[in-house]
Amino acid sequence: MSQTQADEVMKSRPLYGTLTPKQGSSHFIVADGEGGDAVAALLNAAPDMKPLAHIVYIPGANGTDLTALLEGLGARVFHPAPSYASASQRIRKVLGDAHMGLQLYVAGTEGLIGQVQRDAIAAGLPHDALTTEQRGSKARRVQCVHCKGITENVTLDPFVCSHCGLNLFVRDHYSRRLAAFQGVCIDAEDPGEVPPSEERFK
Amino acid sequence: MSGQTRLTVIVTEVVAVNSLIKRFRFVREDGGLMPGFSGGAHTVVEMDDNGTRRLNAYSLMSDPADTSGYEISVRRDDTGRGGSLFMHNGVKPGMKMVISQPVNLFGLDLRAKKHLMIAGGIGITPFIAQMAQLDSLGHRFELHYAMRDRELGAYMKELSARHGERVHAYYDLEKQAIDLANLLKIQPLGTHLYVCGPKGMINWVLSTAKAMGWPKGALHSEEFLAPPVGEAFKVELSRSKITVEVGPTQSMLEALEAAGVDAPYLCRGGACGQCECRVTASDGEILHYDHWLSDEQKAAKTHIMPCVSRFKGERLVIEL
Repeated sequence: MSQTQADEVMKSRPLYGTLTPKQGSSHFIVADGEGGDAVAALLNAAPDMKPLAHIVYIPGANGTDLTALLEGLGARVFHPAPSYASASQRIRKVLGDAHMGLQLYVAGTEGLIGQVQRDAIAAGLPHDALTTEQRGSKARRVQCVHCKGITENVTLDPFVCSHCGLNLFVRDHYSRRLAAFQGVCIDAEDPGEVPPSEERFK
Repeated sequence: MSGQTRLTVIVTEVVAVNSLIKRFRFVREDGGLMPGFSGGAHTVVEMDDNGTRRLNAYSLMSDPADTSGYEISVRRDDTGRGGSLFMHNGVKPGMKMVISQPVNLFGLDLRAKKHLMIAGGIGITPFIAQMAQLDSLGHRFELHYAMRDRELGAYMKELSARHGERVHAYYDLEKQAIDLANLLKIQPLGTHLYVCGPKGMINWVLSTAKAMGWPKGALHSEEFLAPPVGEAFKVELSRSKITVEVGPTQSMLEALEAAGVDAPYLCRGGACGQCECRVTASDGEILHYDHWLSDEQKAAKTHIMPCVSRFKGERLVIEL
């Protein structure tokens, strides 16, 4: 699976790069789904990183599971986790115990990249200190601006808020603090007049 | 000057801190409070040196919580253009002076988990204000202060008394040096690094940190450049339609001001970017001395910073 191409540009819309090795005292790598391929490419291109690498991997919501591939890479620590929620305690602990010189890499869906970035900012790192690569599903993590509930893996636009049931239009407006795009009620003025949903984020 | 009002102040104290450094305190002429500032801010002091107008930027070193006055420290530079000599020899208590509103180009990033500060010589001054601010906020910080000897170690005694083991002194003449590689290795994730001092020290600290994997966003530095002297040259202004002669000891900005041109500026030291001018024609070499333009911009000869940069050649035209 090749790198995901971003197709819209808005100032707050995050842009991603390619995982490339950085100079550092340790390498902390978080990936989900197809992002595992980017991690394999990174460590195979720079095998010197392996004894200093700690990988956390979460299989994709779409079923993509590269656990076996990543386990075989020979990183110092490999930790599989079923979800971000289950991995977040480890991620925060690693960041909280680390020293400057640690390099942070994230590959996979935007939802994952955004959540790791949010936790890295909370650990005091500048928001642009991460090396990122978007891979796999373009599904979005969206916050309903009305009820504040977050819906994961949104592929349709408009979609129905999983918390309050409003019909939401998915904007490119992105919040680093929430690690989510903004969803705004599309039929507030004319309730029920909702354009047909399209699969915008495959 | 760019959208700034100036403050008329009275010099209330001039203290010889040691053989090279004097400290000055300014209060407002109208008795009011000074504008608030944050640690790392500077003010531009205007001097009338026997008809020559000099404007130098100095970091504010007093506690940002105290807006009854501002304090600066000036290191005498006997070979400089004369600003520091004027401050040392010409400024007396009771004198009226004009200074700019505070501007901060070296602010603390308060999202940091810890602030690691490295000072060289007179570069200590912004950190004195920053540490007072961090101390009252209860943030974690550590200062490493390198200076030539104990006599010139201005303020070390006061800083030790106030901040205890959070301040570390290194005396060059006693062969003490900052163990930078180790210091940078042991900092907790989320530390921001600040350095202020001589150019060589700033380059050493920033390049070492970068090589050790510190992200750019966690590195902060400040160095005010004095405008370098050089050969006289002429500059044509495409909008004002005049040609201005820049003397050997004058900066282009000073020459523009002397010619009555209201050119934009803030720091006058090549750091802030405010005076950036587009170059519309240049037949010769632009001598870029600023920290503002990128290497690509410098090579492209499309912009110049009149506060510190000079020109050598046949013809220079700027959009002003």
